[in-house]
This record gives sequence, structure tokens and C-alpha cells, in this order.
Amino acid sequence: MRQLKINLPECDGGSHCAHECEQACATRVFKLDDGRFAALHIQQLASGEASAVICDQCGDCVAVCPTEALKRNKLGVVMIDKKLCVGCYMCVGFCEKGAFERLPDWLEPYKCTACGICVKACPHTALAIVDVPVPAPRII
Amino acid sequence: MTLPEAGSAIPQCTVDFTQRTEYHQGLDAIKAAHKVLKEVSFIPSRPEKGYNGRSLHVDLSSLEVQEKPVTQQMKDLFIGGRGFGLWHLWNAVTPATRWNDPENEIIISPGPVAGITQYPGSGKSLVVSISPQTDIPIDSNVGGYFGPLLKFSGFDALELQGKAGQDVILFIDGQNGIIRVEAAPLEPVDSHVLAEILTRMYAVDEADRPNISVVCTGAAADHSLIGMLNFSWWDKRRGCVRLKQAGRGGIGTVFRDKRIRALVCRGPVVKADLNHPADFETLARTGIKLHKEIRTLDGSQCKMRRNGTAHIVEIMDAYDLLPTHNFQFGSHPDTHRIASDVWEARCSQATVDGCWYGCSLACAKGADGVVLRTGPYRGHTVTVDGPEYENAAGLGSNAGIFDPEWLLELNFYCDTYGICTITYGTLAAFVMECFQRGILNLERTGGLELVWGNAEADLEMMHQMARGEGFGVIAGQGVKKMKELFIANGWGDPKLIQDIGMECKGLEYSQYLSKESLAQQGGYALTNKGPQHDEAWVIFMDMVNKQLPTFEDKAEALYYFPLFRTWFGLNGFCKLPWNDIAPADNASTAEPAKIPEHVQNYLDLFSATTGIKIDKETMLVQSARVYNFQRVFNIRMGKGLRANDVPPYRSVGPVTREEYESRAERYDKQMVEDIGVDPAGKSLDEKIAITRTYRMDRYSKLCDAVYARRGWTADGVPTMARLRELGLDVLPEVVAIVRAHGG
Repeated sequence: MRQLKINLPECDGGSHCAHECEQACATRVFKLDDGRFAALHIQQLASGEASAVICDQCGDCVAVCPTEALKRNKLGVVMIDKKLCVGCYMCVGFCEKGAFERLPDWLEPYKCTACGICVKACPHTALAIVDVPVPAPRII
Repeated sequence: MTLPEAGSAIPQCTVDFTQRTEYHQGLDAIKAAHKVLKEVSFIPSRPEKGYNGRSLHVDLSSLEVQEKPVTQQMKDLFIGGRGFGLWHLWNAVTPATRWNDPENEIIISPGPVAGITQYPGSGKSLVVSISPQTDIPIDSNVGGYFGPLLKFSGFDALELQGKAGQDVILFIDGQNGIIRVEAAPLEPVDSHVLAEILTRMYAVDEADRPNISVVCTGAAADHSLIGMLNFSWWDKRRGCVRLKQAGRGGIGTVFRDKRIRALVCRGPVVKADLNHPADFETLARTGIKLHKEIRTLDGSQCKMRRNGTAHIVEIMDAYDLLPTHNFQFGSHPDTHRIASDVWEARCSQATVDGCWYGCSLACAKGADGVVLRTGPYRGHTVTVDGPEYENAAGLGSNAGIFDPEWLLELNFYCDTYGICTITYGTLAAFVMECFQRGILNLERTGGLELVWGNAEADLEMMHQMARGEGFGVIAGQGVKKMKELFIANGWGDPKLIQDIGMECKGLEYSQYLSKESLAQQGGYALTNKGPQHDEAWVIFMDMVNKQLPTFEDKAEALYYFPLFRTWFGLNGFCKLPWNDIAPADNASTAEPAKIPEHVQNYLDLFSATTGIKIDKETMLVQSARVYNFQRVFNIRMGKGLRANDVPPYRSVGPVTREEYESRAERYDKQMVEDIGVDPAGKSLDEKIAITRTYRMDRYSKLCDAVYARRGWTADGVPTMARLRELGLDVLPEVVAIVRAHGG
């Protein structure tokens, strides 16, 4: 399955860039001119270490969605069908990575679709789209 | 499948949860036989801040369909849900009305917050009627999609009055604005078949099935007083209809007396904000917070997502609280065979089990691939709901049945026949003890050998109930009427029969052993509708955690918790996400039993939905209005006084010698320390009598303390001062009843 992967030492938590990845995601994917609304987040922790919130397409959200609005596409990426979503946000609450998000103005939540736009935007080539096996569904 | 030994690792359920017997082959012929008796149109609407401002009244006798306004006074005094149900019922009946009079109503109302999809346990419907078992109002809190879909179609409540001349289906189409009463002559009777057929019949296509909810009952509701109502939803993953039950008090029997075969609501496609709340952001934020809490903590707390409420079977046994052999004992060596690890293995785990959208606590477990061994569906493969704790205890240990597969079959047939599992569990246990003590015998049961643990005889009694035959018809009258019959027939010692028949006000006890918890004795017998733990479950606070040492402490608990829990039913909430999950720091709060953070969640949800800011004191006042109104309603119907709050002695202390001996150390110690009597030299019967006098006196003192705390007279009547405090003095008939009874 397609998965967005980050090399944290290369990324450095955004301390030497303008968070181009977040900006590109927010503006080009979600049409919002604010990097805070991206589907990935990088930051430098107080300890100096880099940290990132990134969806790894684990599928936990698929397992808890009551309406089957979340399904893997043929590339293995978890996609949301907004027509089926009832806005319960169990996907948001049950995402251990905090990578399923919502905006106050949107009824449906959103997530990374491993589209790769952020990969191209990263000035340090710290992001990559990789192909990994689909993990077995977890009972949560 | 092979069940694991107790304590072994839990294998994942290997049953294909899509595999089951289907029942829709004859659908076209069944549909073709429908005849439209009445059709009216209405303008579908969506709630504004939780309310549509109108309810729907259907008179099944005249087939008149009427919209009624929801007034500001209704919202102010009764909020919604159970409150609306009681208010509509009050206006429909007279003190002389009994359950099978045409003016009796069944009211279904979801409450203003019901239908939000963000917070677990927010899709409940409250069902109210005059009970065939108690002759007073009964209220039942049920999941499934009907209430929310009704509200999103445009109605805050549905009143069903009158009696149809033939079996009918009431169809409410909230997408097209049509209400139809249809003659339904060929419909199957039992719920698991009927709900599946009707879901497919009224959905325009497969994608429409989640928008359909069916309310129906089963064959036993035609022949008993203990019929319940099933509320359905479409389980998309399993590809079948699931059912939740409005169980207590026989509302299913009223439903069939009105010749209603089913209610079907087709609501709009559900979206996040159909309730049009005042502050959606707070709903979202509060819901996500609880989802995270459940994700993080459920596995180390109650494991509701794995076991549902059955997680407490072994806990109850360990604390000697699991009702065993008709509430005689509190534990059994075979309990491990029906313990939570068995259900965890037996229920499918790789699926979603909420009874309304957004319930991440997901207790509505399903045991799939159950192949039935008896009855009309013998050989069929079915999905069985649960079993919940009440079913495992009531149908299991209380009847001495510890075989999980038989227990599932009992559970299945209760559900599809439309029988309340709690009621059935308690009445079957009573029957078995009567059999043990010679009050019943093979001749009197028509050959049913109802000895402890005989699941096949137990099931045959249930099948008889559904067929309207034999001893099953007698059992289906419930414990109270069985007591009267057995005593009238001279079949045994009347005092013993009264003592061991576990009912109060005509309703059977639910499945907790209250003998050693004075507070729980009150928690059961001081309820409005009859002994059901949804008002006050204080047994652990009192008996295990010793948090209620004085009469005043117990009275405070029996003031606060019934009011707090009433509030769930006003708004369409489930109780379970309140305290079957707790924040990590809950134990360090000032009042951990109240789960303060979750109380705040509920205040926020109410305010965010309705736009009306409330605090925890206002919350209790909202509940107290409805609670006291219901008490006065009981008085109006001829009960509701101190004399009606007296429990059977089995719930208070040891009735028999073997019960005393099973806990002799405890009872002897109480005699020395609390009664001031030396048990040495006393005969067993003398000790039982001394204990009884002491315990019943103690119960009476508890009543005094609770009535005083609730603002009631010594006879249990709300005082005028309490009515004024609550603003109920604006209702002249309520005032007149209270005055007439010295309040």
C-alpha cells in the first residue's frame, strides 16, 4: 500500500524550513491557505528532537467506522466517502497517531491520502511515498 | 465453535458473521397483501436545537392522524423523552384506565439531544405506557435507530392510542412526508424475521436500509403480559437487522393489544448536524474527548468494546452478588462457564457494535453463527444479541443454567418472541424454586420438569408462551399473578410464595442480589416503575466500597442517583458511557462515584444542543420535576404510596434455612454487633425470625430517610412545598392529587 514516510533527522521538525509540506497540503489539497489545516504536521519538540504527525494508513479508523465510509482504495490508501460519513468522529478519537483531523467548519473529518504533494514540496527531501504491505486489521 | 477453558487465551471469533439464515424469500407476496387503510402527507422537518416543536398522534381505532404542538411548557417542565411520554400519557388516561383500554397509549420519544452522532450513547428512545404488569406508567430506555429517525423526520414524539381492527403497520416516511396505516395480514410474527423483511420492504434500495428502523414484538406478546418491543437498525457489516429491546413492563403486550404488527420509520440520510444544535463545535470536541478516553482506557477498565455489559458476571460472583437459584445465593462454582472471557470469545470482535452512530463504547455485541436446537427456528443460523449481563445472570445463573450455548438460545428466543429477558429470567427462577419446593410439580407444569439448570424445559416453557399453550401461558402472566394463582390454588405456604417471588409493584426484579445492601433494597423497591436498576445501582457503593454507612448517606444516594439517571431518559442518552468508562484521574476527584467530568460532559452536550445553559443543580431540578410527576402519576393510578414500596423479603434477607446457613457467619455477626442478640443457643428458625424483624425495621427506617430527603411525606407523597419548589404547582390535577393524599 502507498504510505507517506518521513525521515525525521532530515526533516528536523521544520526548524530549517518554512513548513512547505504543510502549506502545500493545505493549499493544494484542501484549498485552505493555512498550513495548520494540513493532513500532516511537523514540529520540533522542546528537547530539540523532530516530531511528526503522519497517517501511516494503518486502518484502525476503517475498523471503527460505523458506516463503512472509510475504505482502502486499490492502492491500499484509506479514503473517506463523505456521502456515507455521519460525522461521529470515532476515526478522529481512535487514531493513535492523531492523524485523523477535523475542522470546525467541516462536518466530515479529513486525513492524508498519500497523494505525494507534500513530498514534492519538502526542501530537504525528508518525505517519501513508499510501498509497504497492508497490515492485518486490528481489533480495537 | 469450541469454547475456551476459563482463563485461557482468547481466540478471535472464527465465525463468519455474515452467515445466517435469511427470511426475505416471501417478501413480494407479503407486500402484495398489504392494503392501505389510511394515508396522509406531512411536511418533513429537521429539529432546531433538538426540537421539531411537534409530535405525532395516531388513533388506531379511528385511523385519525394528527400533528400536535410541543409547547414551551412541555419543554420547560418535561424536557423530552420519558418526560414527554409521561405527559402525553397523563393527558390520555384516567385513574380508571388499565393497560388494555383503548385510551392507553404507547409513547415513543427520543429527547432533545438524541440523534447527535458525536457522543457515545446518544441515540436512545424512551417508551412509556400503562403497564399490564403494574397498572402504573412504565418507562423503558431503548437503542436502535427509530427514535432519532422519527425526530429527523419531524416529530419529537409518537403517541399511539386506540386499537386497530386488524393487524396493521404504521409507516412514517420522513423522506417523502407520508404516513400510512397498512393492513398487514401475511406478516411473520417474530422479530428477527419481521424486522428483516420490513427493512427490505420499505427501503428503496440497499443503500437506503440504514435509514429504516422497525419497532415490533413477537409471538409471546400475544399470549403473555411480559411482551417487549424490539427496535431495529441495519447492521451494514453483518448484512442483517439487529435489535435492541424496550423490555420492562409489558409494553409489547400493549402493542399487540392495539393490533400493531410493526412501526416502520424511514428517516433521512443521517448526517452530523441533523439535530441543528446551537453549538456544534462543543458536541464535536466533547465527543472526540470521550472517544479518546474509550480508546485509551476501555481495555484496562470494563472492556465494554469486547464484552458489553457481560464483563461483570464474574465480578458479581466474586462479591457474592450474582443472583443464583432465584436470588437465594450470590455465587456458583460454575460461573466461569458464563464469564466474560467466554462471551469475548463467542461474540464477534472484528466488527462495529454500536446501537446508534458514534457509540464507540459499542456494547451491543453479537454472537454470530448460532445454530438453534429447539423451537420453530430449529436448525437456523442466527445472530444473537449479547448476551448482556442481565441476560447471562437472569437466564443463566438465576435458573442454574451455565451452558453458554443454551443461554444464547434462551436469549435469542426471548428477543424474537418479544419477551423481556430480565422479566423472564426472574420468573423462570421463581418457577424453578417453586418446583424445587413442591409448590409446582410435573402435573401442575403439564410435564415440564423445571429443575435448576434444565435449559430444555425452560425453553419449552418459553415456546409454550409463544404458542399460547400450557404452563407457558401461566408463567407469562409474571411473578405477581403467578403468586396469586399458586396461593389461590393452595399449592404452597402463601407466606413463602410471597417471600420468594421477586417482584415489587408487579414488576420482576432485575439481576442483582440486594440482600446484603440496604441501599440497593431501597434502590429497587423505591423506584417509580418497579425494581429496575436503571434508577439506582448503588450496591457497590454501599456493600463493597462502604461509602454509604448511615441512613442519611443511603438516603442521599437514593435522592441523587435516581434523579441523575432520570436525566438520561429525558434527553435520549444511554447510561453506560457515563460510568462504564471513567477518566484516568476520576478516582482522585471529590466524588468519584458521580464521575464528575462526565457529568460536565452531559451539561455541555445539553447546553450545546438546546442553547440553554444549565449547571448540575439545574440538571437535578429538570429530573426532579419528571420524577415527582411520575410519583404523583402512580398515586393517581392507585399506587405510589408507602405500601407499594415494600419489597419481597427475599430481596432483604434470608428467607430459608439454606439461605441463612450459606451466610451464617455474616448473619450471626450482624446479630451480635447490630441487633445486640447473642445467637448462641438460638435455633435456626429463631435466628431467621430475629434477622427478619431487624432487617424489615431497618428498611422502614430507610424509607423514612429517603422520603424526607426527596421532600415526600411519611406515606411517600410529594409535599406541596416540593411541588412549588419544582414549579409543578402549575398543574392543577397534580396539586389536587397531592392535597388529597396529605402532601
